[in-house]
Amino acid sequence: MTIELEGRAVLLGDDINTDYIISSSRKKETLDPDVLRHFLFETIDPALAGAIRHGDILVAGRNFGCGSAMEVAVTAVLAAGIRVVVAHSFARTYYRNAINNGLIPVECDTRGIAADARLHLRLDADGARILDQTSGREIEGHPLPAFMLQILSEGGLVPYFRKHHDFVTL
Amino acid sequence: MPGKTISEKILSRASRRDARAGDLVICDVDVAMGTDASVPMALDYFERMGGTRVFDPTRLVFVFDHYAADPSASTFAMQALARDFAIRHGVILYDCGEGVCHQLMVESGSTRPGALIVGADSHSVTGGALNAFATGIGSSDLAATMISGRIWLRVPETIKVVLTGTTAPGVYPKDIALALASRLGGDGASYQTLEFDGPGANRLEVEDRLVLSNMSVEMGAKAGIFRADAKTASYLASRTREAFEPVEPDADAVHAHEIHLDLTELEPAIAMPHQVDLVVSVGQSVGTPVHMVFIGTCTGGRVCDIHQAAGILLAAGRIAPGVQLVIAPASREIGTRLRIDGTLGRLASMGATVIPPGCGPCCGTASPIPADGANVISTANRNFKARMGNATASIYLASPATCAASAVTGRITDPREFGETLT
Repeated sequence: MTIELEGRAVLLGDDINTDYIISSSRKKETLDPDVLRHFLFETIDPALAGAIRHGDILVAGRNFGCGSAMEVAVTAVLAAGIRVVVAHSFARTYYRNAINNGLIPVECDTRGIAADARLHLRLDADGARILDQTSGREIEGHPLPAFMLQILSEGGLVPYFRKHHDFVTL
Repeated sequence: MPGKTISEKILSRASRRDARAGDLVICDVDVAMGTDASVPMALDYFERMGGTRVFDPTRLVFVFDHYAADPSASTFAMQALARDFAIRHGVILYDCGEGVCHQLMVESGSTRPGALIVGADSHSVTGGALNAFATGIGSSDLAATMISGRIWLRVPETIKVVLTGTTAPGVYPKDIALALASRLGGDGASYQTLEFDGPGANRLEVEDRLVLSNMSVEMGAKAGIFRADAKTASYLASRTREAFEPVEPDADAVHAHEIHLDLTELEPAIAMPHQVDLVVSVGQSVGTPVHMVFIGTCTGGRVCDIHQAAGILLAAGRIAPGVQLVIAPASREIGTRLRIDGTLGRLASMGATVIPPGCGPCCGTASPIPADGANVISTANRNFKARMGNATASIYLASPATCAASAVTGRITDPREFGETLT
């Protein structure tokens, strides 16, 4: 199974917590990701939600998605048309929520990726590779365990459970 | 084969295999928990996953705490959905006003040594104080556990945190937690467990250990676990009749690394806006004007916390003009005890606002929301920008004593200035 995607890099810094991705107080009004996506990153950059285009790739530093485990921080990102987040590292709850919803988390050295760079991602059982088409550099990402890759490739935990009705023995 | 850490032992038992750090395992969950902020989404996942029955409603707990104190039409609707589900399926439900989920999970006896607990809220790590492997998950994971009773976990590596010495007067568990956050950084324990050990850890009371376990997620930790001892047993004696087996780490367990912290050397600490790991000693921020003081939450809203704060406030007999002091006991049980012993009444008479237990003020989903540009000093666990609902406010994190001393003077103040009233 191979996933291949291309997109434009939208740069974010280190320690982007889930409240910065989508504020807890927004979630109080609605859980609808199509509404929440308009408020993405409003605390750190109010113009960013409007600038994000379908198919963009988020590129972050260390500890992306730290703080609250709230899952709207993943579903609102997906609703904005983002399929991939590339980060130096993720907070574990964001990483899990991403896998479970079919948002692809790729851990790699993101230093050197420029804003608006054109990125090509190739993900399979052997690992994750990102080709930065703007700089011509190839970046090696941490491979995803087969179990997580299976959940991702089946579209997330909902289709996975509809199909298997339980976790399939590893 | 080398010995095992507490995490490896608990996850081996829960997965019925020889689980070692780095392994991916599917585990049987002992207790799963969700809140009014995470259950509504979990119910949507549950339905879409084809869920019809809950694996065991007696091992599933819902707590309404995020929108308890300041409801709106939308939050009432979300709670109604979760309440209906709980009643229909027989799920254990703590409705609005009972307390913050993490406090209820320990004081109700749901969290026992050796158990695997998952909670759809990041501070579910709090349960590690009682020797459980307790970790935070999202709503989709909760839904999958509600259906199957299971969860996939990567067995974490362990950082051994050896505590020695005894804290000086004026230094509290919150200061230990902030010192650790400073040492490790906000992601220094990512994907890993903190196992607390050493004579300093043994001397801590259960209520103190809860603060350290609670804050371990602020270093990225998957769990923050203590050994079980006589204090653990005594805490649980009146709370559960179910048998439990404490889990000890093996002497030859393999650790990612060890950290040594001499509690004797610690000073009162402050986490500066807007990062939990941006820690200075109180002396470096003394004098900063304070507009709101918040004493509560699952980190700093227990009986001992509010007693520590009250000791300073009641002896001083005043709250500085222009300072709003807000007190939120972490649960109804705690509030009741503090009402019976007169603490809350005396604080309210001084001008403190006592609000019902809940998560709202900490994450900006309920009043009080700080004013524009306000400086807040809080016993909570997070100080991210906008965390309390206003992006122009600045949040400083400190111990209940430092918060109380600052309420008296209207400026960030070293609690040791109130030496004779420290408890």
